[in-house]
Amino acid sequence: MDVVVLVKQVPDTESLILIEEDGVSIKTDDIKWVMNPYDELAVEAALQIREARGGTVTILSLGPEKTVETIRTALAMGADKGIHIFDPATNGSDALSKGKILAAALKTRPFNLIIAGMRAVDEDNYQVGSAVAEYLDIPQITQVTKVVVEDQTIKCHRAIEGGTVVIEAALPVLFTAQRGLNEPRYASLPGIMKAKKKPIDTLSLAELGIDPETVGRAGRKVKVASLKFPPERNTVKMIKGESPGEMAAELVKVLHEDVKVI
Amino acid sequence: MKMAKGVLVICEQRDGAVRKVSYEAVSEGRRQADGLNTDLTALVLGSGVVEMGADLEKYGPDKILVADDPNLANYSTDSYLSVCTHAIKNQDPMIIITGASSQGKDLSARLAARLDAGLAMDCVAIILENNQLTYIRPMFGGKVLAEVNITGTPHIVAIRSNVMAITESPRTCEIDQLDVQIDVPKTKVIDQKLESGEKVELTEADVIVSGGRGTGGNYDSIEELAALLNGAVGASRSAVDEGWRPHSDQVGQTGKVVSPNLYVACGISGAIQHLAGMSTSKNIVAINKDPEAPIFSKADYGVVNDLFEILPEIIKEVKKIKE
Repeated sequence: MDVVVLVKQVPDTESLILIEEDGVSIKTDDIKWVMNPYDELAVEAALQIREARGGTVTILSLGPEKTVETIRTALAMGADKGIHIFDPATNGSDALSKGKILAAALKTRPFNLIIAGMRAVDEDNYQVGSAVAEYLDIPQITQVTKVVVEDQTIKCHRAIEGGTVVIEAALPVLFTAQRGLNEPRYASLPGIMKAKKKPIDTLSLAELGIDPETVGRAGRKVKVASLKFPPERNTVKMIKGESPGEMAAELVKVLHEDVKVI
Repeated sequence: MKMAKGVLVICEQRDGAVRKVSYEAVSEGRRQADGLNTDLTALVLGSGVVEMGADLEKYGPDKILVADDPNLANYSTDSYLSVCTHAIKNQDPMIIITGASSQGKDLSARLAARLDAGLAMDCVAIILENNQLTYIRPMFGGKVLAEVNITGTPHIVAIRSNVMAITESPRTCEIDQLDVQIDVPKTKVIDQKLESGEKVELTEADVIVSGGRGTGGNYDSIEELAALLNGAVGASRSAVDEGWRPHSDQVGQTGKVVSPNLYVACGISGAIQHLAGMSTSKNIVAINKDPEAPIFSKADYGVVNDLFEILPEIIKEVKKIKE
């Protein structure tokens, strides 16, 4: 079973996000870059499938030079090889362009299964996995919390509001990982050492046969006009009282009579 | 070339009931159609859903399209996409609105790729100014709000649950049944497990009572208060990591992003990744023993107290009101 995992490098979720002076991008100086948490689930799922069924796990990532660190992290977790699409012309691409670029890299490579995180925690688009599946003309199963892979088929539990649906499809399939799928392993020290020797291919847009004019900032269908911070809340009103009973009475009174939410 | 015009809302139903987010989508669709001086069409897909058109009527569509077919009983990306794509080709809408539910995210993402159209995912506001549509959507788990514009048509907008107002705007409307022809879908639903109908879904709840590390894993009072307020129980990442609550309860940047009317955070310190998931709540109450807890800086009302002491008192007070 040849599994490809789509991985993205994103700001750590504990990072403070600040807006650049241009008003449309974020300050990147003090950010700690990590693997998208949902992609960690995807890598772990791929490793478990390889452990059960044999085969290979390839990490595919699109991004700037430092993306290599995230690919290495996945290799240290146990993936076999990496492909890094690195081309300045891809900077600022929107989800559709990213999907096209990633799909182009996959068109010439064998795979039975593609796994991605259900969303990247930077742009929160929930979109690239579906776009890749569309461009490769394969089924998608998104927001998966449990997976069973058989020879020719895959069964996925997909999280929906208030429950789960179990979906079956013939491979090849692309599925996206939701929390609950597994607990991603940490890279071990020997894993980190081994990862240094594992191959990472670097690809440019020219090698993928993609016209740089159609992607990147210029190719965006969804243009960011501005980034703003959410409106600040008013200063917190502390509920006072001599006892828990008094405080509770005051709080419930405010919520019932003033705010009218209960 | 004919100009794309009109607003199309793709509605979601489950077991014969229109989902709340679809009423929000139709209401928002009506507002935008009025602003653009154009028509609103609502599309409903499913099996045995012809009657459901009537449920949507009072929210103001000019036309309702119904795709009723046994093969549409369960949501499948392929089948739904094929029906939607067909309807979109006929309607040539300028904007397509759907809910950013689990189904809406799956459908809209694939639809965007199929139509080569821009998608504003998890949109929280649509602004029409000087004939330009701007979509506001959170990024970085809500740490920033992006104002985005979409080039080309159609624009696809998946709206976040519980944010846009449901407004009645009744009018007589035409209901058309679509001629549905779909291939065998590539994915097959083989089982469905739904929690009891009484449980309120986190992203749709008007009230959420949420617990963190401070609960020590004891959610009894939190559950009682949530049930009393007809709300849902939420949890912080650390509570989920401890195994105290299922992943589906997690609120935060790596969990669900929620916007209830009332969010009560109990024993949650307020890590930045949790705040990202609940800061769009309309009213936030924080209960924490530690007066320095960062959660208080994001709350409207704060109570410095042990949650095990105060929650039973709050429950007593709420019961008094309910009587």
